[in-house]
Amino acid sequence: MRPADESALAGAIRAATGPLHIRGGGTRPVGRPVAGEVLETGGLTGITLYEPGSLTLVARAGTPLAEIEATLAADGQRLPFEPPDWGGLLGAKGASTIGGVVAANASGPRRIMAGACRDSLIGVRFVDGTGSVVKNGGRVMKNVTGYDLVKLLAGSWGTLGVLTEVSFKVLPIPESAATVILRGQAAGAAVQAMAAATGSPFEVSGAVWDGDDVLLRIEGFKDSVAYRAGRLTGLLAPFGGVEVEEGRATVDARWAALRDVTALGATPGDVWRLSVKPSDAPGIIAHMGAEAVQLDWAGGLIWARVPPGTDLRDRIGAFAGHATLMRASPEVRARIAPFQPEPAPLAAIAAGLRAKFDPRGILNPGLMG
Amino acid sequence: MDMPAPNAAILSRKADIVSKLRAVLPEDAVIDDAAETRAYECDALSAYRCPPLAVVLPRSTEEVAAALKICHAEGVPVVPRGSGTSLAGGALPTADCVILGVSRLNRVLETDYANRFIRVQSGRTNLSVTGAVEADGFFYAPDPSSQLACAIAGNVAMNSGGAHCLKYGVTTNNLLGVTLVMMDGTVVEIGGAHLDAGGLDLLGVICGSEGQLGVVTEATLRILRKPEGARPVLIGFNSNEVAGECVSDIIKAGVLPVAIEFMDRPCIRATEDFAHAGYPDCEALLIVEVEGSAAEIDEQLGLIKQIAMKHDPVELRESRSEDESKKIWLGRKSAFGAMGQINDYMCLDGTIPVSSLPFVLRRIGEMSRDYGLDVGNVFHAGDGNMHPLILYNANKPGDLQKCEAFGADILKLCVEVGGCLTGEHGVGIEKRDLMAVQFAPDDLEAQMRVKDVFDPKWLLNPAKVFPLDATAKRRAA
Repeated sequence: MRPADESALAGAIRAATGPLHIRGGGTRPVGRPVAGEVLETGGLTGITLYEPGSLTLVARAGTPLAEIEATLAADGQRLPFEPPDWGGLLGAKGASTIGGVVAANASGPRRIMAGACRDSLIGVRFVDGTGSVVKNGGRVMKNVTGYDLVKLLAGSWGTLGVLTEVSFKVLPIPESAATVILRGQAAGAAVQAMAAATGSPFEVSGAVWDGDDVLLRIEGFKDSVAYRAGRLTGLLAPFGGVEVEEGRATVDARWAALRDVTALGATPGDVWRLSVKPSDAPGIIAHMGAEAVQLDWAGGLIWARVPPGTDLRDRIGAFAGHATLMRASPEVRARIAPFQPEPAPLAAIAAGLRAKFDPRGILNPGLMG
Repeated sequence: MDMPAPNAAILSRKADIVSKLRAVLPEDAVIDDAAETRAYECDALSAYRCPPLAVVLPRSTEEVAAALKICHAEGVPVVPRGSGTSLAGGALPTADCVILGVSRLNRVLETDYANRFIRVQSGRTNLSVTGAVEADGFFYAPDPSSQLACAIAGNVAMNSGGAHCLKYGVTTNNLLGVTLVMMDGTVVEIGGAHLDAGGLDLLGVICGSEGQLGVVTEATLRILRKPEGARPVLIGFNSNEVAGECVSDIIKAGVLPVAIEFMDRPCIRATEDFAHAGYPDCEALLIVEVEGSAAEIDEQLGLIKQIAMKHDPVELRESRSEDESKKIWLGRKSAFGAMGQINDYMCLDGTIPVSSLPFVLRRIGEMSRDYGLDVGNVFHAGDGNMHPLILYNANKPGDLQKCEAFGADILKLCVEVGGCLTGEHGVGIEKRDLMAVQFAPDDLEAQMRVKDVFDPKWLLNPAKVFPLDATAKRRAA
């Protein structure tokens, strides 16, 4: 099914007699495999409002991400949270939709400074499992009117409702950018260096360890970028040799690759994504036995590639945070819970919310466990 | 403003309920004496008052859980209270409720600079969170005007903002985790020092739920390194429209000021009479503050001045020193006090798209003439969060009602232009009955279903946020 508008989508959900597999661009095949009729949002397209002077954009959920980014770029603006394109990593074809980005709460390296997708998201419209159309939030960036279902829907992977329209706070694209590179660091030193950088006043908008080098991004007005790059170079000198890489195209290309985790994507194997306290990361990866690792978010986000079928949670034992199995065969994703199992009281709340928003249990049933 | 009639059965069981609470809490943690409970009869929306059945002041998460378990078993409503600074009546008691105050939960539990967070008990005041990390060069970003007094518990409940959220976001963007006690006494840990949720984003919906989903006893908050410096520029204009256009142009230019504050003529005049900050006599003024190193500040202020010059400002005053910065902020910071000198006032909190500023200000001026009540406007222009202050005389019969009607009309206007009823103060009882202006029945139903899950008996802060007729069945069940 590929409804052409919100009311047709609501009608399709009301008329559904069995499970529905909700699909945006199909670039994020994550979670327990869902058996059900495919319900595509690709028919709901178009930017419905864009006001550069108010830093606001509203679009229908099926709008391709590329179209939104191009429209914003034409006015010198962008989505602050740097949405990743995991198509290559996950071996998926298709074009990412903005609704899919929201459903996955997918955020790139800039998350440490600008917040996650859920932090830029200021409004949603969605159809719940009963076919009711619900709106929450709106198009203004400060809004505490009623409960914040906007955040609840972000990262709900289509299990509470099918998004039909999303609103964002956007930001200007800075004039200039640079990458400060600290070569040849082990994980422990890398995380310490990233903590020093992100704990400085120099506004680091990306902090990645690629398994060898530490990469720090700074953005802003040209002179300010040069100043901060200089200060960071001094700050990191005790860790080793530091280089500064400049030039918009070079910097952007490097960070797009880090954002999309391309280094882990090319080789077969299962890929896990863990959110942890940054200083815990070196200890955790030491127990992973991973074939390849990338740390983002100053160490708070671990990407790891392991042999197919590995239960990484078993290997690392109890830890504070959560681990998601991002890439694996459907058999493995059916056997190992892709989403972190939650303590009983939280699981009960989540189950309670799903039962309220989707009483028939037809929206991506079981996808999140 | 109606509140539901108290449950007579609960009132008649007061002695029994109080003795059950005393059995699980320390002697000094339960207050039921009428003279003492009176201190909790209202919050900062002081036009509405009602002494509670009893007050409990626990010192630990375990004591909060013990108190809630009893209230849950007895079917007694609970109104959580931080410091009682809500402008929306969020902590207003009912006669049959137990006030659960978290003021004694005020310790810092952990500071971690390497991972940039602080974990505190929720009764700690907003400013003292920054106070705990300031000496080491860090700060907690959300800064509501009440930050000297307001508690983190209330900040989380209302998703509080402040003057600097254009750059740093509001509470929800700076909250990493909470310890939440559910109404039945179950203690849950949500989030922590890591980012984002592994499952559904429960933290996101708890923040801003006005104490209706659970009682937050501990919070993990993101802290940031202080910028090297900050400096404001004051720009005066001959019309609100032009000032509004200037705000839009600054935002579009790629500068991201930490704050863009707006004051209109009535407010400028009142603050001048009161604080003598030396503001120009003009229709509208902006205070724009930027951060960074000295050179970075110069560069950004240079650009802002360039943009402002295109709008023919009547005054352009760049701060050159700490002293001058203080003077520029002095008037803005005393604006509420200044308006209070003139008369009683009601402070509204609607947010509008920045592009609608000129239109909305003009309409508010017209309505002010129609109602015969003066309004001053002082607000966070960068994010469209308005704070019209309507002046009225509390001693003049009918004036409060007239003021409330005028306020409701302004909030309806905010919704009409694509905005919302409240940007940072919360709904509480104040905007409860206007919710239908912004939300369709299905929208409200979806929100109430969340409360059904967290608090099936609707005992936590039950008569707030949602129109009473919409919740009647649930509260009675």
